[in-house]
Amino acid sequence: MKHLLILAARSAWNRRLTLGMTLVAVTLSVTLLLGVERIRHDAREGFSHSVSGTDLIVGASTSHVQLMLYAVFRIGEATNNMRWQSYLDLKLNPAVAWAVPLSLGDSHRGFPVLGTNASYFDHFRYGDDRALGFKEGQPFKGVFDAVLGADVADQLGYKLGDRIVLTHGIGGIGGLEHADKPFVVTGILAPTGTPVDRTVHVSLEAISAIHLDWQGGAPLPGFSIPQQFVQKFDLTPKDITAVLVGLKSRIGVFKMQRYVADYAGEPLLAVLPGAALSQLWQVIGTVEQALLAVATMVVVVGLAGLVAVVLASLNERRRELAILRSVGARPVDVFVLLILEGLFITLLGCILGVALLAGASAVIGPWVQTRYGIGVAPRLISPDELRLLAAVIGAGLMSSLVPGYRAYRLSLADGLTPRL
Amino acid sequence: MSDPVIRIENLSFQWSAGLAPCLDIPHFEVQAGERIFLYGPSGSGKSTLLGLFGGVLLPQRGSLRLLGVELPQCSASERDRFRAGHVGFLFQQFNLIPYLSVLDNVLLPCRFSSRRRQRAIDSGRSLHDEALRLLDHLDIDTSLHHREATQLSVGQQQRVAAARALIGRPEIVIADEPTSALDADRQIAFLDLMMHESDAAGSTLVFVSHDRRLATAFDREIALPAINHAAVLEAAA
Repeated sequence: MKHLLILAARSAWNRRLTLGMTLVAVTLSVTLLLGVERIRHDAREGFSHSVSGTDLIVGASTSHVQLMLYAVFRIGEATNNMRWQSYLDLKLNPAVAWAVPLSLGDSHRGFPVLGTNASYFDHFRYGDDRALGFKEGQPFKGVFDAVLGADVADQLGYKLGDRIVLTHGIGGIGGLEHADKPFVVTGILAPTGTPVDRTVHVSLEAISAIHLDWQGGAPLPGFSIPQQFVQKFDLTPKDITAVLVGLKSRIGVFKMQRYVADYAGEPLLAVLPGAALSQLWQVIGTVEQALLAVATMVVVVGLAGLVAVVLASLNERRRELAILRSVGARPVDVFVLLILEGLFITLLGCILGVALLAGASAVIGPWVQTRYGIGVAPRLISPDELRLLAAVIGAGLMSSLVPGYRAYRLSLADGLTPRL
Repeated sequence: MSDPVIRIENLSFQWSAGLAPCLDIPHFEVQAGERIFLYGPSGSGKSTLLGLFGGVLLPQRGSLRLLGVELPQCSASERDRFRAGHVGFLFQQFNLIPYLSVLDNVLLPCRFSSRRRQRAIDSGRSLHDEALRLLDHLDIDTSLHHREATQLSVGQQQRVAAARALIGRPEIVIADEPTSALDADRQIAFLDLMMHESDAAGSTLVFVSHDRRLATAFDREIALPAINHAAVLEAAA
């Protein structure tokens, strides 16, 4: 067996140009397949770790998934806000243990800005019921204090005491700036691997303050309220985007959901994070399946190319196979020789694919994290990916049977003298 | 004396059931140590006979014994093992695996047959040294040993192929037109080397050729058309 391995390797090396091109195809297809699987897995992982301990998310009436997306993942924009009074009513409900108000809509250099209050740092949980921790500094106290998520501080190079300017809207570039009212960084959070890392946290009062002299999404012309005077105004927000609610007892969650739905003041919606997530998976699941199917087809195309190249080489190798027969090779040896060749290319393609993917995730991972909030964990390979690889190798083995069997037939027919 | 090395009785072979037989040999024997010149013009069923000796073809009828082993009664893998262990082959041209070095080409039979490997090191040398000895005897310079086979001249390639056919001292060496690609004086030189080494290995040499001028160097000359009674078709060549 060992000598067949060496023979197969030498023979393949002899045809390295054609086989090399095939190897490129197999490698890229494996990279694509594993890449799709990795992003799928990490996106799910990231989403389900982003919120924990919150029983209900309440916002203005919209779809369950949408409310979840902007309240927790900062994806998309709220079309409607809910009134401050609704929040106060909710908070005073005897079933409610805590309620954290959220106000979105501004950004800082592409990172979303979240207006909230100090209870956010007490009650927000992520992952396996983990609380937020401070890497440096403390929660905001003054109106113009800001607490940065780990990625924001890291990628923009901020430290405590730095001044930052918020931008109106979530667009990032091109938005109007609240340049007259800069904020001071007073805290930097420890990394969580959730959208919190990409968020700039300020107080609700700050959100009101920077919009005092604004109307309809633009500063009022010829009218400006200097930063030092904002305290003279009532900074209680008129409306907010959403509320995270913790209940005293989880048993009451459906009762509470109905209470919110029936709230008389305005149309509101309460979603259970878990239920909204599984709705989200249903939507995304179809896309995932489609992507995986395309990636699988690409692998099939790669392996078909491999079979074609090996088959095409057989005719010019009939002399070689006849020589091997004359020195004692059995037709089975010839069969194994061809199988080994296909297996080599598939295995090598898998190894290179894994390496390429590792390289790619190291290079574009941080970008994907910032841009899409999907933390691609740097790793060589996960058990799920290993299963996919095993399937690819199995498929490579199966497709190698085709040239293997053809060579077997040829060497039986040719014997010692190939009929060319 | 012991059994003949090759013994054929009433053998007949046809490529498929409808066709006329292309080999019909009532009797043919080769004794141990003999050097046989088998004259076979094209179309005389030469390749078919070699296929039978190699155990890759089976006669429809009759007996074919090599070293006392009735080949038609062996399984396919037994015949493969027999060929690997007892028969060295040498063909007209392109005998070598192009992507292996000269040395690896010579050692090939020892990779497929443990018997050939064992007999090669019985001399007390290592396998490697035995290959070197043979290559040296066949006038292949040491500097060529690690070259790829395709970088050698045709004459050098044939001598390397001869070393490969002889390594591990197979009882039978079958050479099919090994000199036809060489020019006349090189033919004689090659034949001398070949005979000398096959004698040294104790092998029985069956040399097949359509060129009768070479026959004088052999113990016995047999014309294939004389022993083959089949009306041979050209296509069988």
